[in-house]
Amino acid sequence: MAPQNDTPPRSDMQSQTDTQPDASDNALVALSEEHDEHVRWAFGTGFHDPMAGVDTALPDGVDGNALAAYCLMLGDDALIMSHRLQEWCAHAPELEEEVALANIALDLLGQARLFLTRAGQADGTGRSEDDLAFFRDAGEFRNVRLVEAPRGDFAFAIARLLVFSTWRLALLDRLTASRDPVLAAIAAKGVKEVAYHRDHAALWTVRLGDGTDESHRRMRRALDDVWPYTEELFTAHDIERRMAEEGVGVDPSTLRAEFDAVIGEVLAEATLPRPDADARPGVGGGRDGVHSEELDALLAEMQSVARAHPGATW
Amino acid sequence: MVTVADARAVAETVTDPELPMLTLGELGVLRDVQAEPSGRVVVTITPTYTGCPALQTMRDDLRARLTEAGFAPVEVRTVLTPPWTSDWISESGRRKLAAAGIAPPGPAPRRGSGPIPLALGPTRTAVRCPRCGSPDTEELSRFGPTACKALLRCRSCREPFEHFKEI
Repeated sequence: MAPQNDTPPRSDMQSQTDTQPDASDNALVALSEEHDEHVRWAFGTGFHDPMAGVDTALPDGVDGNALAAYCLMLGDDALIMSHRLQEWCAHAPELEEEVALANIALDLLGQARLFLTRAGQADGTGRSEDDLAFFRDAGEFRNVRLVEAPRGDFAFAIARLLVFSTWRLALLDRLTASRDPVLAAIAAKGVKEVAYHRDHAALWTVRLGDGTDESHRRMRRALDDVWPYTEELFTAHDIERRMAEEGVGVDPSTLRAEFDAVIGEVLAEATLPRPDADARPGVGGGRDGVHSEELDALLAEMQSVARAHPGATW
Repeated sequence: MVTVADARAVAETVTDPELPMLTLGELGVLRDVQAEPSGRVVVTITPTYTGCPALQTMRDDLRARLTEAGFAPVEVRTVLTPPWTSDWISESGRRKLAAAGIAPPGPAPRRGSGPIPLALGPTRTAVRCPRCGSPDTEELSRFGPTACKALLRCRSCREPFEHFKEI
């Protein structure tokens, strides 16, 4: 049922008390009374502002638009990766794994919300996390191409998570020294979370690589499929380079050595050879808004409800 | 007359929505309570995990409980730094977790210099089974029913149990 903007949903709930002798039996009524002051945004988790009370002043001398563009990169990587992980709900090979992937997706969604909120503050537009997540088109997204590739099989999910979390952990670890206190704070929390994500992907890589012939074959193929996307991760965009020079961001080309060392350690344990696939022609440009058609399909699904009922609350 | 101690006493009774055996104080997410001369009360909390969906419920619960107790207006602020660590869970919080069948966290990992090391070791853990006390436990999954818990199994009594992760 479509929410009607001119009739607050709360009055619908309250009207139920007329026919309910004991309102306390009705969970909806109880909920609406308990949260009387808080009309909830229909598509989020109910946060009005994930950074309420956080000092949001910009660091001296930093251009707000450049900082916003940088925050979109960090936020979009997390948001789209989270969505691809969420697609494993009801598809993972075992229940525990489904819970694990959903938890990892939730951590990344939390990071995305903060980075997107920061972007809306930094560029002065005051756009909210929801404005940025649900009302931009594919050409305005700044994520790397790795995260938008279709879901693939479980080995692909693990290979992608291994590459993504190894790269992102190295990035966030350095971002904790950012001159922007908000980015530094988001990174400090993120480091603890992504360290768990990387361990999880690494353990599965070892289990599958050093498992049966079939699991080894599929894990190896998945790494070959993921590898062409890695080059873009370490290619600095002008915005990334500029933010690094200003002490706000991280130049991703400086992350390669740590990435190679960690991946090398995992692959050795997993008895897997290092993929030698080169960058695939045409893979790249994500930071400039150049994307595959798969991102269009992903966004069509992710944004459909918010766009069908803009501003709806419950 | 509004006092900080009164406001703090009320705020400290609010429990975590996903771990209802713990108060927000015991969990270590309640960072500060201030009462201004005007009567305004400002409560500061910090999320355990960035994506923790319980944060908004904590804010609502704090505001509701303090308002019921006669404090107004009530403001709940979020801080991200310093980042929450499981080391902030109090001793009474740890006892309550264990009593509820959730193995409390050990010390959070200390960060050395250089890159964060991979943890590729065996899945045996140093965690004691909260049911039978056996130290012979193994990890089933590093991610449990909530972001803050892992799923373990006791190799002695064979029961699975949750473990509050060290972060």
